[in-house]
Amino acid sequence: MTSPLLDKLNTLDRRWIFLSMALAVLSPILLQIGSDETPSPPTIKLFDEIERLPEGSRILMAMDFDPTSAAELYPMALSFTRHCCLRHHKLYFVTIWPTGKPMIESTIKAVIGADFGSGDRPYQYGVDYVNLGYLAGEAVAISQISSDIRKARPQDARGTSLDELPIMSGVISVKEMDLIVNASAGFPGGKEWVQYAATPQKVPIAVGCTGVQSTQLFPYYPDQLLGLVTGIRGAIEYETMLAAKYPNPYANRSKRPAFLRGGAQRWAHRLMIGLIVLGNGIHLANRYRRTTHP
Amino acid sequence: MSKTVPVLIASIVGCLMIVAYFSPPLLPARQMAEDWFTIVATIAIFLGGANLCLHHLKKISDREAGWGFSAVTLISFAITIAVGLLKIGVVPESEQQIKLAWSGPFQQEGSGFWWIYQYLFSPIVSTMFALLAFYVASAAFRAFRAKNLEAILLLITALIVLVGQTRDREITSLFLPPPAEGTPPYVPIADLTEFIRKTFVTAGQRAIMIGIALGVVATSLRILLGLDRSYLGGDE
Repeated sequence: MTSPLLDKLNTLDRRWIFLSMALAVLSPILLQIGSDETPSPPTIKLFDEIERLPEGSRILMAMDFDPTSAAELYPMALSFTRHCCLRHHKLYFVTIWPTGKPMIESTIKAVIGADFGSGDRPYQYGVDYVNLGYLAGEAVAISQISSDIRKARPQDARGTSLDELPIMSGVISVKEMDLIVNASAGFPGGKEWVQYAATPQKVPIAVGCTGVQSTQLFPYYPDQLLGLVTGIRGAIEYETMLAAKYPNPYANRSKRPAFLRGGAQRWAHRLMIGLIVLGNGIHLANRYRRTTHP
Repeated sequence: MSKTVPVLIASIVGCLMIVAYFSPPLLPARQMAEDWFTIVATIAIFLGGANLCLHHLKKISDREAGWGFSAVTLISFAITIAVGLLKIGVVPESEQQIKLAWSGPFQQEGSGFWWIYQYLFSPIVSTMFALLAFYVASAAFRAFRAKNLEAILLLITALIVLVGQTRDREITSLFLPPPAEGTPPYVPIADLTEFIRKTFVTAGQRAIMIGIALGVVATSLRILLGLDRSYLGGDE
């Protein structure tokens, strides 16, 4: 039995698959087709906690990611920071990734610089937020700041002594934080913050992580992790809740990068499902051909 | 002697860290040990850098296959270090600082190092990660085949999770009777995805984590007691 189509599919050049994937990802980005999500309980819990905390609560924002995982984690970092600023919490930015400092600076610029740097109650550096920068030592650095921040980092990222910053008044260690929010791309990250800071110091922690990392962190939820926001889907969920609570201006597409990335992910997933089904269809057809016409 | 002293240091510091975790008065000693860790780890950067240079210089001198990549690595390494150390393009940031170029931070926006990060490092690593999507798609088409029972189970699970991760999962509720007014529609595949995650994935992950933790305890005890000296290198 001959089937020209089957023969052609058997020897399909993989560049066609690459082209299909490029189109599946590019088209939604160029046409601005986004994707919305229904919030899941682990994401809702973090959102509700930030809402519940009284204004001026201290939140440690640990940005442990780099450009490799920024596609998933940067929109999350923006949403977390926006939400905290809307509730006027005090923010302490830190990273234990050597390549993470520009991610903090970019987040501060995109959120505080653009939306909260002016107005009735502008966010002031050293008063409402501080950038502690990069802490060397991976898990040991977390352990150090969980017992004494000044031992690990006597100055902020700008070289100003922590004692000169009003926001650091009364802050000795992680214990003084009301919440730790961690955007984690791997090691060291969410797991280490749970093990070396949050659990020993009994500080609530929520993690936003990449999709592939979620299986490693779900065992900690809901006992040791207050909330867990996973991958671009989690980022969309958070944006959806932010847009529902603060529609002006956060329902605007330009303020929803995860929503726009979700469209590309949705079409890429559809293509993957199609390819798996097609691949197995070819496999079964080949088996049938071998069985009936050996 | 060259082996005994490092083993003693490892044992004493290891025991100190364990005891200090439960005894607050020993906190300053623990903090000192953590400071020393950071210092030793920083020194290791120089060893790593030297090792990188030696490895690639040998490849270049031996004209091994792909020696050109080694040359690119060494040149990039040298340029990045020079730009960072010499603080090229850095300007004083605040009035508190001395008005000299070197007084600003090396990663300052607009500096040479910042430029390397923004326009070289960031696009390169993002591209490398993005390429995964293409290879995963190709692998999904060619290798993800229902060849035996295990492969079929994996395939079905993967399809459920893939559909369950996007809004397309709501298609599955179209085949069900409409929900009562005010209640969200029941999405079977979403529940199934959640069931897989909570039951199989989390259980498997917990088993792995507990196994690793037990292994870490056993290995740590061997190191503290000086029975395992493999971390010192050599044949021991």
